[in-house]
Amino acid sequence: MAERNTIQVDIVSAEGEIFSGAATMVFAPASQGDIGVAPRHAPLLSMLKPGEVRVQTPGGEEHFFFVGGGAIEVQPQRVTVLADTALRAEDIDEAAALAAKQRAEEALKERPGLITHAQALTELARATAQLKVLARLRKVRG
Amino acid sequence: MPGTKEIRAKIASVKNTQKITRAMQMVATSKMRRAQEHLRAARPYADKMRAVIADLAEANPDYRSPYLQCRASVKSVGIIVISTDRGLAGALNANVFKETLLLIREWQGQGATVNLGVVGAKGLAFFRRLDTRIVANVSHLGDRPHVKDLIGAVKVLLDAYRDADIDRLFLVNAEFVNTMTQRPAVRQLLPLEPSATQAPREHWDYIYEPEAAQILDGLLIRYVESQVYRGVVENVAAEMAARMVAMKAATDNAGKLVEEMQLIYNKARQAAITKELAEIVGGASAL
Repeated sequence: MAERNTIQVDIVSAEGEIFSGAATMVFAPASQGDIGVAPRHAPLLSMLKPGEVRVQTPGGEEHFFFVGGGAIEVQPQRVTVLADTALRAEDIDEAAALAAKQRAEEALKERPGLITHAQALTELARATAQLKVLARLRKVRG
Repeated sequence: MPGTKEIRAKIASVKNTQKITRAMQMVATSKMRRAQEHLRAARPYADKMRAVIADLAEANPDYRSPYLQCRASVKSVGIIVISTDRGLAGALNANVFKETLLLIREWQGQGATVNLGVVGAKGLAFFRRLDTRIVANVSHLGDRPHVKDLIGAVKVLLDAYRDADIDRLFLVNAEFVNTMTQRPAVRQLLPLEPSATQAPREHWDYIYEPEAAQILDGLLIRYVESQVYRGVVENVAAEMAARMVAMKAATDNAGKLVEEMQLIYNKARQAAITKELAEIVGGASAL
């Protein structure tokens, strides 16, 4: 467990762990202004703005991490930064959503001969059956 | 020598194919390992996220996030289907599609409409032939998918859930069990099922910045995104494993084919030599 004058810091993103270790002080760009977290800080939960998370280790080193936003959870002995890997903003997300919608619509525009649910199932069943036969043939021949 | 030349050309062609399938097998093996690492790397985020969300939901029982609301009557469901962009991966995609079709039929049987969010080119090619609504699509994520490429497609379905356009959200992807086994898996993303295992722990309340409700919604959105991301990465691992196995089988088959043809070639060559000799001997005795 961490010593009394340090705090355990975990910085994780959806794509991987970024930092894990003890610190004497952590600075983060909270949504209402930058905050500094010392050991035995009161429990806090905040969203983060894009910016820099600064971690001071007991050895006197300082680590910098860029986060595209996210959230920070502070407990007396532990700080967890849930970092976004991408820059997030309502309009950027909105544009991405529109693009995803558009791609779907475009794909549907040129629908090659519509088939029914039942047809799709039979076609799939046939393909799986063929694969099974192939596997069996392979066994017999091998 | 009738035939021998053709057989020789055929053998060379099969050998070339074999080289390709062997190379694909090795590439798939190394990509599978990398995908597995990515899958492992995604775990801590999801775990921490789930813990924070559980704490938050517990500390604020009076705020009902739209993403946690369970609507009793289901008029419409959303399904995110994850498929590969490329083929030659055995029955991987076919199995996922079959599972999805069963799910679609189940909900349509209950009178609900279905909205699909499709990830991957193969899924789009398959489902656009169906008369099911596709509301979002994202393809060509490559072997190293990123969360930012998924945000848009997931948002379409999240917004639909928030606005009560859909009442359930599911995720279907190929689950990586081990190198030899991949099976389709269906998971419910929304509403979030309350974690029953969550033991009541010592209680404190947070200082919130800005508001608890806003944070909770922000976290829930990210949580769902990370779950979809996880599904995509797992699908890549499964795809590579399936391709590895398929390509190994293809390489073995090619080897067998070459052996068989070599035998035929040798026989044909021997027959030609014998025939030539017989002709010479016949010609000599005629003199």
